[in-house]
Amino acid sequence: MKPARSTPLAMMGLVAMMIGGAIPVVLTAQRQDRPVVVASKPFGESYLLAEMFSQLLESRGFKVDRKPGLGATEIAFGALRRDAIDVYPEYTGTGLVAILHDTLPDSVAADPRAVFAHVVQRFANLYHVRWLPPLGFQNTYAIAVTRSTASRYHLRTLSDLARENAHLTAGFTADFIGRSDGLVGLSRVYGLKPRDVRPLAPAVKYQALASGAVDVIDGYSTDGLLARYDLITLVDDRHFFPPYEAAALVSNRLDTHSPGAIAALTLLSGRLDEATMRQLNRRVEVNGEDVSKVARDELAALGLIGSANPASSASAVQQESSAQQSGFWRYLWNRRQTLGALTVRHLELVAIALLAAVLVAVPLGLALERARRIAEPTIGALGVLQTIPSIALLAFMIPLLGVGVAPALVALWLYALYPIARGTYTGVRDADPDAVAAAEALGTTPAQRLMWVRLPLAAPVIMAGIRTAAVITVGAATLAAFIGAGGLGEPIVAGLALADTRMILSGALPAAALALAVDGVLSIVELAIAPAHRRKRFWRTRTEDPDAMVAATAKR
Amino acid sequence: MSIPLAARNVSHHFGNVVALDDVSIEVVAGGATALVGESGSGKTTLLRCFNRLVEPERGQVMVGESNVQTQSPVLLRRGIGYVQQHGGLLPHWRVLRNVELVPTLQHMPDPADAARRALDLVGLPSGQFGSRFPHELSGGQRQRVALARSMAAHPGVILLDEPFGALDAISRAELQESFDNLRRDLAVTTLLVTHDLAEAGRLADEVVVMRKGRIEQRGTMRDLVRAPASDYVARLIERARAGLEALRA
Repeated sequence: MKPARSTPLAMMGLVAMMIGGAIPVVLTAQRQDRPVVVASKPFGESYLLAEMFSQLLESRGFKVDRKPGLGATEIAFGALRRDAIDVYPEYTGTGLVAILHDTLPDSVAADPRAVFAHVVQRFANLYHVRWLPPLGFQNTYAIAVTRSTASRYHLRTLSDLARENAHLTAGFTADFIGRSDGLVGLSRVYGLKPRDVRPLAPAVKYQALASGAVDVIDGYSTDGLLARYDLITLVDDRHFFPPYEAAALVSNRLDTHSPGAIAALTLLSGRLDEATMRQLNRRVEVNGEDVSKVARDELAALGLIGSANPASSASAVQQESSAQQSGFWRYLWNRRQTLGALTVRHLELVAIALLAAVLVAVPLGLALERARRIAEPTIGALGVLQTIPSIALLAFMIPLLGVGVAPALVALWLYALYPIARGTYTGVRDADPDAVAAAEALGTTPAQRLMWVRLPLAAPVIMAGIRTAAVITVGAATLAAFIGAGGLGEPIVAGLALADTRMILSGALPAAALALAVDGVLSIVELAIAPAHRRKRFWRTRTEDPDAMVAATAKR
Repeated sequence: MSIPLAARNVSHHFGNVVALDDVSIEVVAGGATALVGESGSGKTTLLRCFNRLVEPERGQVMVGESNVQTQSPVLLRRGIGYVQQHGGLLPHWRVLRNVELVPTLQHMPDPADAARRALDLVGLPSGQFGSRFPHELSGGQRQRVALARSMAAHPGVILLDEPFGALDAISRAELQESFDNLRRDLAVTTLLVTHDLAEAGRLADEVVVMRKGRIEQRGTMRDLVRAPASDYVARLIERARAGLEALRA
């Protein structure tokens, strides 16, 4: 019997490896001898497959850099196209519809081999990216309802579902709602138009269905949770969904420079069937087992690596439940080193982005005060940046900066510019006009007015902008995990993917505390740089003559 | 050392509004002239031509022997005292530092000493008031500090733009009296903008009545009262007198 702490410790090790992997990627992106960068998308099966790729490569002597949980298809594929990552698990149907936007004749679309041949050829021509032979299972969309809903409305197929439009509330992932191989296509082909469609995060949709908040969800056919909640998957009777065969998608760089790695990855082709995959996903998503352990067990069972760990899944479940009993604070305590490192990384991201934003936005705000005609349009343009969703902004960055710390810093920097530039411009523009006018009339130079009058008087407003930017940046930096930059977003993204609430909270709570702490520290800075006449009252002890005090009070 | 002022055939407009229309005035060295008129008469615009806060489109503006156009605005302003309606003290600087401003800009050897002397002259001993912030002073005290600041570097000329306009009647009268003594002692050439004819008569040797960018009449107060050059000047005098009559009744 292993000690009860082994699972959290192993998780700690996994996360530590993730972080260790995230840091050097930008720096090493151009080196020839860099490790193989293995990435995944942010859901459980993708994490698991990526971990299997990683361990397989490591067992063959390759150094591996893990970058799990990249934002979504556009970020993961964007990174692969420009060789910022080397391999991640992808699905042929996603490649066909979401990346190529191809429509195939029904006869071709129904045949997994034909679809695979099509995407292989098109990806090679268009992107110089290679699909390795399929892993052996499909993971298609599974439109699922509870057993009781199925029997109440007599639901067996998607056509049955469309018939009951008026009675149904759907909870679909945002991805699915927008995709042409998702709700858009289902409406067209089946006439599926539920009374209400609620966008749900992948992590909560099963709970939403089980609790009756929604009647139907989009799942994946290999989800471990389908079985746990005893759900009915409706039959795609008009063969709308293309085949979603899982395969390793490999960068041009790896394909060209590392035939050995390609050979190692190909060892997994055809070795995973749907029943196996469902079982593995269940161990990760339902039992809460450690991803690296599940991956290691399966690779050993397939004879691809030496069997290292004989522990059965049953004992792992036991360990997990005893770890659960030890409580959330214990869990945090056990992960303190990892969380500490993540917090430091988070702070680094925030500090660098914020400092760079201050260095640009404060001078910009000052310059705009001298060029007021273009001030509002310029600041307005910075404001428009705020409205770009962070995932979209990160996706735009990939062609320029790849994945990792650099694009995350640039995105955070862009978000921080607006509040600081606005605060600086407004503060300096509105600084006591009488004082500024008198200083000018008495022969100060513009630079002297800036340094002696405008800046000191504007300091509180500028600091308010910087504090706003700091708190926004602490929050936004959690999204950096989607692009492999690490930070406290990492356990949040991984926890969402693996349906692990404790893991989510272990990132979210420190992030919230960090936001408060950063704001608190900046409030002290604000006190220190406040204009002298406002600062003074905090430590005045000298007695004043009463007349002046009355005048002072009246003035305030 | 006092300096004469002169404006010759000065014209200026803001957008479509004519602010100054061919205006000429002179102030003798050590003399005091008041520009009187309603809002929009051009009096403040004319005042601001002398320290180049306004650059007139036509005409010549002379401070001493030289045309202001030939001097750097910054250096010109350091040699001219200036007081505006709401003193314009720097709120985050203590009184003494406010008054040291121009001596510091002028690179005087001991700005603090110059500031202390100036504060003494306006009746605010620096020991008591020097380390206060402006918001710890009454309105009248703040205007005294502004006056001290404009005088601390011993300018030959002082420009005042409604300097007592925002004060209560008693502070105002006290400050007018102090200023009148001060400027006579220092023999500083004074140009004063005010909408109050009584104030103009009390402080200035010569009064210039302005209206819509032009000069209605210039002369001593006695000249104006004895022979108003226009209905407008007559009405102005009548109104000032009516104010006094009301008090007497």
